[in-house]
Amino acid sequence: MSSFAFIRQGGFVLLQRIEAFFDAIFGTAGNPWRHLGALGFYFVWIVLATGIYLFIVLDTGVEDVFSSINYYTHEQWWLGGILRSLHRYAADGLVLVMLLHLVREFFYGRYYGFRWFSWITGVPLIWLVYASGIGGYWLVWDQLGQFSAIASIEWFDWLPIFTDPATRNFLTPGALTDRFFSLLVFLHIGIPLILLLALWVHIQRVSQSDVFPSRSLALGTLATLLFLAMVKPTVSHGRADLSFVPTVLHIDWYYLFIHPLMYLTSPAGLWAIAAVLTLLLLLLPLLPHPKQEPIAVVNPPNCNGCRRCFDDCPYGAIAMLPHPDKPGHQLAHVIPELCASCGICAGACPSSTPFRSVEQLVTGIDMPQQPVDALREEMERKIAALTGPVKIAVFGCDCAVDARRLESGNTAVMTLMCTGLLPPSFVEYALRGGADGVLVTGCREGSCAYRFGTQFTEQRLYGQREPHLRPTVPLERLRMAWADSHEMSCLKATLEEFREHLQTLGADENRPRAYTPRRIAQNG
Amino acid sequence: MVSKSPYNPLVLVGQVLFYGLFAVIIAYFSTAPKYTHLEPETSLIKLSFSYHGEPVGECHQRTPEELAKLAPNMRKLTVCPRERSPIKVKIDLDGQPLFEGVAPPAGLSKDGTSTIYKRFEVPSGEHMLSVKMNDNVRIKDYNMVREEKVTLKPAQILVIDLRRDHGGIFFE
Repeated sequence: MSSFAFIRQGGFVLLQRIEAFFDAIFGTAGNPWRHLGALGFYFVWIVLATGIYLFIVLDTGVEDVFSSINYYTHEQWWLGGILRSLHRYAADGLVLVMLLHLVREFFYGRYYGFRWFSWITGVPLIWLVYASGIGGYWLVWDQLGQFSAIASIEWFDWLPIFTDPATRNFLTPGALTDRFFSLLVFLHIGIPLILLLALWVHIQRVSQSDVFPSRSLALGTLATLLFLAMVKPTVSHGRADLSFVPTVLHIDWYYLFIHPLMYLTSPAGLWAIAAVLTLLLLLLPLLPHPKQEPIAVVNPPNCNGCRRCFDDCPYGAIAMLPHPDKPGHQLAHVIPELCASCGICAGACPSSTPFRSVEQLVTGIDMPQQPVDALREEMERKIAALTGPVKIAVFGCDCAVDARRLESGNTAVMTLMCTGLLPPSFVEYALRGGADGVLVTGCREGSCAYRFGTQFTEQRLYGQREPHLRPTVPLERLRMAWADSHEMSCLKATLEEFREHLQTLGADENRPRAYTPRRIAQNG
Repeated sequence: MVSKSPYNPLVLVGQVLFYGLFAVIIAYFSTAPKYTHLEPETSLIKLSFSYHGEPVGECHQRTPEELAKLAPNMRKLTVCPRERSPIKVKIDLDGQPLFEGVAPPAGLSKDGTSTIYKRFEVPSGEHMLSVKMNDNVRIKDYNMVREEKVTLKPAQILVIDLRRDHGGIFFE
């Protein structure tokens, strides 16, 4: 294993443990680690909402900008002051969650293959967030704003883009005019709007994007920011004075760390650091990575245009086109460059039911590397070979804990590319085919390599999503246990506990009646 | 393993703790640690100008014959070389050299302004500041000189500029 892969794998395992720990405290829906992108959006909304008020009360005169901000910070602290602090702290939170989001997606390996678009479009967002944020500090026009403005301009002056050094605009107190602040307000509104547009592009290739955190997470985060605004309100430094250098500054390290870094190195050095980091991020998807599996394939004679695969595809890789042979009907079409090869579509297809009597089970949309026919054949074979008083069929996931290690004389294990590939009818089929219970396992929700595999499977099996498990199937014979790769011991314990539970059920009247497919009965 | 945990006060305490930790991380790095941009008892001298140097050669008057060869709208009597002189700068502080350099004219034809921006941190207090510049390659020595005793307060910025409408070198 290369050191690069070692670091990534180590980070991945560490993150999964941290996230599992947070799951226990916040629950999956409220776990901030699992919703960093949504939190980022949430901070953007807070910044925009508070920014509207701050814009209304801001006076853009060169002499008045500082006074107007100081007025609503101190005299109107109960509204303007709190909104200013919220504006500032939400902007800081945005940087924090953005960088954590980047690191998390890297450790999860979500930067190559079909995900290249989301990764690449995320890189300019970093620049836009910083451009939006740093401009905000100038606008206060206190000593910190003066320091940041001059440092930023000294940095840009290194580029051969200005005829005269732009720093000359900040040489003396008389150099600045009201127009500068009007321009600054324009930029401080315009760049965040471009940021919003870029965010929209960033999530174009994911369907049902997670752009708003759960209510508990949103309220908890807002309460935290409000608490901060009350306890440690944002205040300005002294008024800017271009005759003097600001000496000691309480800088916001989330945004302004680049200035000390520039004075520590040089403008050219900072450009080199920024360029190298940006280039590395942009080139990351080009590094060697696992080859993508074959994509989903539509079988038109078995596709009735029900749109379930279209609704469930986490990456919007399925389009519904007019059926070429059946007027008024639709046919699923896989967009190759968007397909993640997860198989969630095959699990959503109503034609994937193993109860169909056809010799070869061909479904409407299927994965060439793991067709549902092969899954049915494997399941029938393994369940038939089970022995012992309590037989359990386990459906596992290649991306989660290695369920194959559970295989034994009384436990049949079928692993899938993603648990979402499991058509719910397979659970009933397993129970009627001889299994006393079915254990479905896969990644924890939020860890799912394909976003919705866990969530959709759970919803389908609980009858909340189509195709659903039939209500006649006794849920006491079904167990779902979501476990990431490091949670083998927990999964084993769950299996044993489930086996004991099944033993107490015995020959339950509610148990689905046995079913032997005609093709097996006929062929022996 | 994910389990639907029953209500547990420890879970609430855990949430409060982690939201608190988030608040501490946000609040701390939002203003700390403090950054010292300029050491105490230090001032800043900024050298900055944007200035057209003199043409590199003498202007000369065209003869009637030369003018006759030109199109009527191009018949300008005085013609000067396009290229401008670079600006040579030498700054001494208390007799010690602080900076010596050249600001070349911008442009492919070297006909643009010469610009420079430099910053020097110096001890605060009284200094003898000597600034010499040359904006004409045809003159060997520095043709603009300004020497002055300056008193710099801590953190004060002194700007050395060069403008024709200010009579050449000036301090601000």
